[in-house]
Amino acid sequence: MLQTGFLIRDLSVRELVTMFASLYPKPLDVDEAIELAGLEGLAGQRTQKLSGGETQRTRFALALVTDPDLLVLDEPTVAMDVESRRSFWVAMREFATRGKTVLFATHYLDEADQNADRIVLMAHGKIVVDGPPTEIKARVGTRTIRVTLPDVAEAELASLPGVSTATRHGASVALVCTDSDAALRALLTAYPAARDVEVAGAGLEDAFIELTSGA
Amino acid sequence: MPALPAPERETVTGLAYTRFELRRTFRNRRFLFFSLGFPIALFFLIAGPNKGEHDLGGTGISAPLYYMVALASFGTMMGMVSTGARIAGERQVGWTRQLRVTPLSSVAYLRAKVITAYATAAASVAALYVAGASLGVSISAGRWAEMTLLIAIGLMPFAALGIFLGHLLNVDSIGPATGGSVTILAFVGGTWFPVTSGVLRAIGRCVPSYWLVQAAHVALGGSAWGMRGFATVIGWTIVLTAAAAWAYRRDTGRT
Repeated sequence: MLQTGFLIRDLSVRELVTMFASLYPKPLDVDEAIELAGLEGLAGQRTQKLSGGETQRTRFALALVTDPDLLVLDEPTVAMDVESRRSFWVAMREFATRGKTVLFATHYLDEADQNADRIVLMAHGKIVVDGPPTEIKARVGTRTIRVTLPDVAEAELASLPGVSTATRHGASVALVCTDSDAALRALLTAYPAARDVEVAGAGLEDAFIELTSGA
Repeated sequence: MPALPAPERETVTGLAYTRFELRRTFRNRRFLFFSLGFPIALFFLIAGPNKGEHDLGGTGISAPLYYMVALASFGTMMGMVSTGARIAGERQVGWTRQLRVTPLSSVAYLRAKVITAYATAAASVAALYVAGASLGVSISAGRWAEMTLLIAIGLMPFAALGIFLGHLLNVDSIGPATGGSVTILAFVGGTWFPVTSGVLRAIGRCVPSYWLVQAAHVALGGSAWGMRGFATVIGWTIVLTAAAAWAYRRDTGRT
């Protein structure tokens, strides 16, 4: 499945998928591929009338109908809206449960975090880390505390035990912590006015930055 | 590491591909309008006023018959060469690249293009024949068949020309290229007026479009083409097929 490009015109979605299926010796059932790609409602639509996201899903149906064991996707969700993207990943999961392998490249790290069983991070052409998303995030070892706390300087907060950096966004502050337990105790003791406290593990994006910046 | 099994080389017939290509082509209304409607309109415009002319420009052929075949040659040339525009469009949107990674063979792909081109040409010829008959063209069934066969053979170089241009040029240049080449070939070949003498005829006899128009001579009996006609058409077919094969390989990196 290629990232860019449109579809040939003057065929309906179903006809195009049928045509494509005919090019392969052991294709998937056309209706099944259309359903997997979430295109049931658009099967009769002419290809030139599809939106960007619909076009992308049709191309996904073309990829599915060939019934591959390995599906390679290069930034598959680029042109999709939120809804398309969501149903796309549901379809992807469904496809993977059939014992198929899906390999995808993406710049949306949340997407990789939520959907991949295994992530390979690359920087400057070298593999930096290879493992399940939870393991990768755990390697970062930092947590972030978010708290509503106006009128306290960033530098003051950054000097709390266990805190490495503090960044203010309006009334709220984000504290990146090497030891969030110690930081949290110190924070609540020193500033009783602090409220709406959230503690989150590092996101994949943080991990990405940390793991690739040294390379 | 165990040796991987050899990849399966199952060929697909490409029949369904051809069927959908045909369906696609005949669904495109603008395309149909210009490739079928345009020659018909020209035919009535040119042949209509000269309906009673029975010896057009010393050819011994009636004006409606001459222009019926002349415009059939124009319409079919257009139809065949327009394959190029369709190919260029498919290349632009990445479809050709997409097809290249399927098991569809080059032969099956090109065959589908040629069949589609001939189908549009056939529709164009049929429409012109009906238009011709409406202006009094009347020849025996055997002559109709012979004339049609000659046109079909005469179109072979144009099938190759369409594929050649389609894989050589991009969407921006294909229009002027096909329009221009068909216009020149139609002019030299005698589509607009008979070329019966002089330099124009000498040039005309060297281009395949001339022989398409000459298919009208079937109505006079005897051989419409002779060795010269067949040699010219086959020669061009060989040259343009080689050119098309070259352009296709260069474009797709496929042998």
